[in-house]
Amino acid sequence: MIVKRNELTWFERLYLPALVGGLKVTARHFFNNITGKTKVTQQYPEEPTKVLPGYRGAPYLVRDQDGATKCVSCQLCEFICPPKAIRMTPPGAAGQPADRPNAEKMPKEFEINMLRCIFCGLCQEVCPEEAIFLKSDFSLTGLARGEMVYNKEKLLALGGTHGGVQKWKHKLEEAKEQETFPVKV
Amino acid sequence: MLKIACVLGPLLTLVAYAVLAERKVSALIQDRVGPNRVSLPLIGGIPVIGPFLTKLGFWHPLVDGVKSFIKEDFTPAHVRKIYFWLAPAIALVPAFLVIAVIPFGSTLGSQKMVIADLNVGILYTFGIVSLGVYGIVLAGYAANSKFPFLGGIRSSAQMISYELAMGMSVVPVFLVVGDLNLSKIIEHQAHNGWNVFPLFGGGFSLQTLLLVPCGMLSFTIFFVAAFAETNRLPFDLPESESELVGGYHTEYSSMKFGMFFIGEYANMFAGAAMMTTLFFGGWTLPFFGLDQAADSVWKGLLHIGIFMAKMFAFMGIFIWVRWMLPRFRYDQLMDLGWRRLIPLALANIILTAAVLALTDR
Repeated sequence: MIVKRNELTWFERLYLPALVGGLKVTARHFFNNITGKTKVTQQYPEEPTKVLPGYRGAPYLVRDQDGATKCVSCQLCEFICPPKAIRMTPPGAAGQPADRPNAEKMPKEFEINMLRCIFCGLCQEVCPEEAIFLKSDFSLTGLARGEMVYNKEKLLALGGTHGGVQKWKHKLEEAKEQETFPVKV
Repeated sequence: MLKIACVLGPLLTLVAYAVLAERKVSALIQDRVGPNRVSLPLIGGIPVIGPFLTKLGFWHPLVDGVKSFIKEDFTPAHVRKIYFWLAPAIALVPAFLVIAVIPFGSTLGSQKMVIADLNVGILYTFGIVSLGVYGIVLAGYAANSKFPFLGGIRSSAQMISYELAMGMSVVPVFLVVGDLNLSKIIEHQAHNGWNVFPLFGGGFSLQTLLLVPCGMLSFTIFFVAAFAETNRLPFDLPESESELVGGYHTEYSSMKFGMFFIGEYANMFAGAAMMTTLFFGGWTLPFFGLDQAADSVWKGLLHIGIFMAKMFAFMGIFIWVRWMLPRFRYDQLMDLGWRRLIPLALANIILTAAVLALTDR
């Protein structure tokens, strides 16, 4: 294809129309910016940014609505974690009982190394108890590598509460009801 | 001596803040925010003013200055040492020397507000301005590597070409005024209207009417040439960072680079002051009797304020144009200088002379 290039008129060759056009464009941008009509820059640390739902930030442990640890120490997340960022210590035979009655156990220690974590979300996907979630935190900082290994206490504090079906509680209630089922008159 | 200190100090401050203005205006034109980080410990705590000044980037020049002093002053092994050290100083000095003859106000008390009231004012200015090219050429030569060298060559050609156009564009002014002394030029403009548009303040007559196109033309040529002389876009070919890295100051760092920077902005101020003085009536305004020499300190200060306001307006245009126009190609630059501006300036001299000869005041 041949692009037809028109000869410039003498007025255009004066360079003045282009000059005036340029001045107009830059002045428009200047005044729109100064009056706040255009606003492109988000001044990040001062203006906190909002992530969309479904964002995969740092994985944290959550508690249920009664404030009990949801994790049952099944270690599925530890096994599936591709970069091996999760390290879990089960309570063992004579360990501390779970927060929730009827739940079998809860982890003695649960560590996520945020430097290794790749925020893939597999731990959240695999968790049968809905106990671990990728939250919206994306700027994790620390002064040493050790600081970036979050322990159970920290993970629970950061994770907050995530309600849901309280499977173990209902099972306990059902069991109690079973015992008293044939209602004695 | 005191007057020199009183001019040089504010000038250096103004240069620093012109750099800030450049950064801020460029940011606003390009839909950015610009410098807004530096906050001083005590002043930053003042409720409204502190954060406002920080947002304005008011302390950035201060921090920039400190930074360029404490940065490593690196001298590459391949440079020609003596010239390398000499060039920044030579680039800086002419810009300040030009300011010496500019009358930046009428009188303050008994002092005339001009450092050197030379009878050959404008000739001195042009003599000194043409020295400015040596700093750049020397820097290009001293760096002893190809990009600075190309920048130096370009700048020498460019500056010599536009010096001609610039010199010829002010000849009509002297034909009209009949004096080279810058104070006299201002005095003439106070009585007979601004040189750029003599109807403004000069009253209506056939001659002032006919001098309008002459004044406009000669101002336009001077204005364009001033851009070329100060190496500003669209004529910043000596620097042209996209093809020559940084042009003549590629090899410079720290305060040596800072001196080129200060020199460039001081040159801009000198150019703006020259335009104000030659074409826009200097410290005068044709209203409220502001065109007479001051009889009180307040009026003297007002005159200085008027001069500064005009100068800042030109600085604003300098900055505005920089963020608008793309750089000229080298042959376009030469074409504009030699084949457009110089003939135009020559024609303008003849036109003005004819107007002056054929009409009476």
